[in-house]
Amino acid sequence: MKPFLVFVVLAFSAHTQADTIIVQSTTSTQNSGLYDYLLPILKKDTGIQANIVAVGTGQAINNARRCDGDLLLVHARSAEETFVADGYGEYRRDLMYNDFVIVGPKADPANVAGARDVTDALQRIRQAGAKFASRGDDSGTHKKERSLWQEAAIDPVAGSGQWYLETGSGMGATLNTGVGLGAYVLTDRATWMSFANKQDSTILFEGAPPLFNQYGVIPVSAAKCPNVNREAAETFARWLLSETGQAAIAAYQVDGKQLFFPNANDRLNSSIELK
Amino acid sequence: MNTLRSANMPNPLLPIRISNLRLIKGDRAVLAGVNLMIDEPGITVFMGPNGAGKTLLLRCLHGLINPDQGQITLGDLTVADSRDQQAMVFQHPVLLRRTALQNLAFAAPGIARSEPQRLIEALESVHLADRADQPARMLSGGEQQRLALARALLSKPALLLLDEATASLDPASVQVIEALVKAQSTQGTKVILVSHDQGQARRLADDVVFISAGQAAERSPANQFFIAPQTPAAKAYLAGELLL
Amino acid sequence: MDAVTEAFRLIIALDADLFEILWLSIRVSVIALAISAVISLPLGTWLAITEFPGRKFCILLLNALMGMPPVVVGLMVYLLLSRSGPLGWLGLLYTPTAMIIAQVVLITPIIAALSNQVIENLHQEYSDTFYSMGVTGRRAVVAYLVDARYALTTCILAGFGRAIAEVGAVIIVGGNIDHLTRVMTTAIALETSKGNLSLALSLGTVLLALSLLVNSLVIGVREYAAKRQYA
Repeated sequence: MKPFLVFVVLAFSAHTQADTIIVQSTTSTQNSGLYDYLLPILKKDTGIQANIVAVGTGQAINNARRCDGDLLLVHARSAEETFVADGYGEYRRDLMYNDFVIVGPKADPANVAGARDVTDALQRIRQAGAKFASRGDDSGTHKKERSLWQEAAIDPVAGSGQWYLETGSGMGATLNTGVGLGAYVLTDRATWMSFANKQDSTILFEGAPPLFNQYGVIPVSAAKCPNVNREAAETFARWLLSETGQAAIAAYQVDGKQLFFPNANDRLNSSIELK
Repeated sequence: MNTLRSANMPNPLLPIRISNLRLIKGDRAVLAGVNLMIDEPGITVFMGPNGAGKTLLLRCLHGLINPDQGQITLGDLTVADSRDQQAMVFQHPVLLRRTALQNLAFAAPGIARSEPQRLIEALESVHLADRADQPARMLSGGEQQRLALARALLSKPALLLLDEATASLDPASVQVIEALVKAQSTQGTKVILVSHDQGQARRLADDVVFISAGQAAERSPANQFFIAPQTPAAKAYLAGELLL
Repeated sequence: MDAVTEAFRLIIALDADLFEILWLSIRVSVIALAISAVISLPLGTWLAITEFPGRKFCILLLNALMGMPPVVVGLMVYLLLSRSGPLGWLGLLYTPTAMIIAQVVLITPIIAALSNQVIENLHQEYSDTFYSMGVTGRRAVVAYLVDARYALTTCILAGFGRAIAEVGAVIIVGGNIDHLTRVMTTAIALETSKGNLSLALSLGTVLLALSLLVNSLVIGVREYAAKRQYA
């Protein structure tokens, strides 16, 4: 019995290899196929094998707080800064951005397409009594969505289960729900573009500055987590932030469209104009 | 394992003393103070109407049931200490889901290792040598009971208990079993069997214990019991008048 | 119907990714099943034939654990194997070993509880005879397991079905890492979240085909057993 267990452990333990790291990641970078494109290049350039655990940003950060990751790649700036301030991250760098969009049924019962700004768009949804599907999972997208409701002075949770539907699931699952119910959904553009079950839904609102979506990269602290593969995580982070990595991110396209815009070297990234 | 016994060697489990044995089921005393001493070798047959307590008494002797009161000793031993010198054949044989030979091998792993030939001989003794590799539960009822008897005898028990072991079997199997039981008793094994079959009791019994209403009502040598039973209950039973 | 066609296309094209994922699914679940069987079958048997205070409670507990949600099992194993958890030093989180551990925890109560019922039935039949033959303890456990071997295939099958079809536990402790811990169910979950519903469904069809294959094997074995009155 015991030798058998040892055998099983040895046969499957891929963890201790020096050139392997665990990346706790948001889902959009995985669902959009970015990693499938980046990782082979990374492997060729640095020899590092990155194992991606794609969960919501909230869960990714919590997992990293338990030291279950060497690198964090997420999109919720203030939560990321707290993570670093608490000593769990070595540092945080802007990596790339894209934007959030509001998708919904083509018929657009709340006429979101005609909204002046995000606040107006959300108020139209509320006033029309239209359904809105929320992640409800403390992910980066969910954090963003809550801040947008707050700016619109609406408390959607009061209508939870009626018009405001918190799926408590990933972006893809929430989109499946939204598409199925003809509900509006706030999603990152990358996930939406590579999402294959759009059916009757389409992008109805986009391009407003508050919809800016910044991705950050954080190596997990070796002081807090002695088991962390600090060296390989640093190599990966540097590669992502280097000209090579940034160029690779920019080169990734779905249906001829670029999904992520590298901005590691841009000090003014929050004021960048969206297309 | 026991050594081979012969008729003139004393049986270590004799005499069997049963004193004031009581067993309560619900609010009924199914064994109501059984007193019995069996000191002779040979074959003792427990007879009596249904529900009289024959099978229960046999199960108490084997240790399958713990009585509420009273005592059983076999030679100098308690039931528990004598168990490895006892064997029992039940009314419905329970055979393992294996071949006939494997059933014997399971019952006596020591013999299977050191003297496998004895297992074949055991099968031959119940005319099942040609069925050695058949799944045991595919055998007929009579064949299964013969196999169960062969299995019980592997350990060369000092005491063999049979609980209506031949009820509703084919005549050939009954004959094989009776012959083997008789041979075993002449080799020194004490045999106690519960039977409803008066013919069988006449053929096999050296003595008869008549059990009635949870008590050992009468114990007589077989020839005397069948000719002149001492209790009215036994008389009525033999005449086929006593049912319960 | 599209899903079935697509499933056949993937299989016929010997899609390398599909086979990698399928093979890992089978490997993880079979190893988990083997470990679990070694624990659960003797445990279920021992509980069926041994009288001791608290036995009923143990069986009740096993039956209750059968209904344990995989996510809860995954969470428990995750907290155990997390680098900040008690077994973090093993470095097993996000490996197939972690998935095996989670599945062992998940299916051991199932196989133990089901085998307990099978052996209890057999025990009613055998107990007098075994008592008479002086068969107790370890020897009795082994004998019951051998004699119930065909009936126990159903219990083992139930465990395998649960293991191979389960997603909640393995996605937490395995992380659904491509080429490392991605199995059929987590791949289905991922494709569903990407909106690739037809691909997800065809992966499901492949899983169903595997299940059909395993079940027909077991049915074949049981029919053989029934013919020999071994079942």
